[in-house]
Amino acid sequence: MKVQQISIFIENIPGRLAEATKVLGDAGVNIRALSLADTSDFGVLRLIVDKNDLAKQVLAEHDFTVSKTDVVAVEVPDRPAGLADILQELDAAGITVEYLYAFVERLGDNAVIIFRFDNVDGAVKTLRDKGIKILPGESVYNL
Amino acid sequence: MLWNEEFETLPREALESLQLKRLQHTLERVYATVPFYRQAFQKAGTTPDQIKTLADLQRIPFTLKQDMRDNYPYGLFAVPLERIVRIHASSGTTGKPTVVGYTRRDIEIWSELMARSFGAAGVGRGDVIHNAYGYGLFTGGLGAHYGAEKLGAAVIPMSGGNSKKQIMIMQDFGSTVLTCTPSYSLYLAEIAAEQDIDIKSFPLRVGILGAEPWSESIRGEIEEKLNIKAIDIYGLSEILGPGVAIECIEEQHGLHIWEDHFIAEIINPDTGEVLPPGEQGELVITTITKEGIPMIRYRTRDITRLIVEPCRCGRTHRRLERMSGRSDDMLIIRGVNVFPSQIESVLMSIEGVEPHYQLIVDREENLDTLEVQVEVNEGIFSDAIKPLQDLAARIRKEIKELLGITCKVRLVEPKTITRSEGKAKRVIDNRSK
Repeated sequence: MKVQQISIFIENIPGRLAEATKVLGDAGVNIRALSLADTSDFGVLRLIVDKNDLAKQVLAEHDFTVSKTDVVAVEVPDRPAGLADILQELDAAGITVEYLYAFVERLGDNAVIIFRFDNVDGAVKTLRDKGIKILPGESVYNL
Repeated sequence: MLWNEEFETLPREALESLQLKRLQHTLERVYATVPFYRQAFQKAGTTPDQIKTLADLQRIPFTLKQDMRDNYPYGLFAVPLERIVRIHASSGTTGKPTVVGYTRRDIEIWSELMARSFGAAGVGRGDVIHNAYGYGLFTGGLGAHYGAEKLGAAVIPMSGGNSKKQIMIMQDFGSTVLTCTPSYSLYLAEIAAEQDIDIKSFPLRVGILGAEPWSESIRGEIEEKLNIKAIDIYGLSEILGPGVAIECIEEQHGLHIWEDHFIAEIINPDTGEVLPPGEQGELVITTITKEGIPMIRYRTRDITRLIVEPCRCGRTHRRLERMSGRSDDMLIIRGVNVFPSQIESVLMSIEGVEPHYQLIVDREENLDTLEVQVEVNEGIFSDAIKPLQDLAARIRKEIKELLGITCKVRLVEPKTITRSEGKAKRVIDNRSK
């Protein structure tokens, strides 16, 4: 039930972000969700794409440093405290969220949020036990 | 393998008396034939006949690279041009190059010393030597070439550049020995990997690497990536070219300097004072058999130490510790002496960091700044920011601990630091601009 995320090391120099996204675009890779974490010198661009292996390959060919990480896509009810309730369950189970970011697309009445946990397997188990819906990779890549 | 057993294992006493005899002869000759040396001796108030012991050599002034420039091109030659059969020149990064001339006998001796050097590295007949040192004015290519032929090995005169072809030839011709700069050997490994060629499976056995300073950790990296023994060789065109000193394969520790042809001294680079054996300082070399352009007390700018303990390979010639840098590569940052090799050793001690780095020195508001750029590879990159920041902080802290200076560590994308096909450009000093 994990989703694969691609991360790219991006130096803080003009044009690098454009270059990375162009490489993906030229290869016909579609970006489904993204987040950019940045510092003064560099950033890490995290992406959910429709074609993981192709994306990693073309980026490596263009000398980008790329890594793959397992993340979890969670359906979050689109109402006040929808996210807060889920986070409380995870906190109670002692699971730490490293970072999260949202999908633009909705799934029915729900939002989709990508979570990076310190303990992915523990998080998946907790979410399932609590009846919170998580999405398999295939459905996320083509959402 | 001992190429010239008699001379390579000459007992110290006999070696030193041979040195003295050859030194006295060389001094008499340069005094008679080279105006520059005659004037230098006169200024110092000495004459060749006053040199009665090896220690007396200290009474003679040093020769500097600048002296070669001042006497450009042939002013320091000790024989008429009719006796010169080869001319080489060093790459002068500023101004005129330094020019050296060889007589037929000089070429003969150079080939012999290079053949000895190959022998010390365990290379002999039947080996295929892939010579990727540049052929041309630079002494590396032809120096190694003549030595290889003298040795009786098969030499492939590749010269530098055209790396994909180098790999094809190496693979198809079954090269067993690679001669080039250490950084170029790593570059070749990288190019091979990019083409999905397993360079480790080549018959390559030994790399004879030199012409730039490198560290023990780079050696480990080269040995691992190319699956070879990496041997450090030392030479400089002003003295001869490659083959002045080399590590033996038995120890791979310290480079035997061929003392029947050279006298090595270690001096304090600031005061010029000769240091006792074992102390670190600048290497000064006197040639004692060279005819074309003898060098008297030439300041190499290379920082090393003499290892006087006997070596188990049986050679009696003393060893130079691996060069830790050049006194003119030495950066003075906020008053602290910094060798690029020291920063390299910090980087290489960190798991996953590759030796692709560059040092940018600048001055901001009259204060020197040092930026260390390190390439981020898949070994140290994940999806998170913090490990990268921790890595930068760790490098900064370890450099601070080792050198006592604060620097900025900048993580950069792979291949942003220029890959050299010759000598690695490790330092960009913008202070002089």
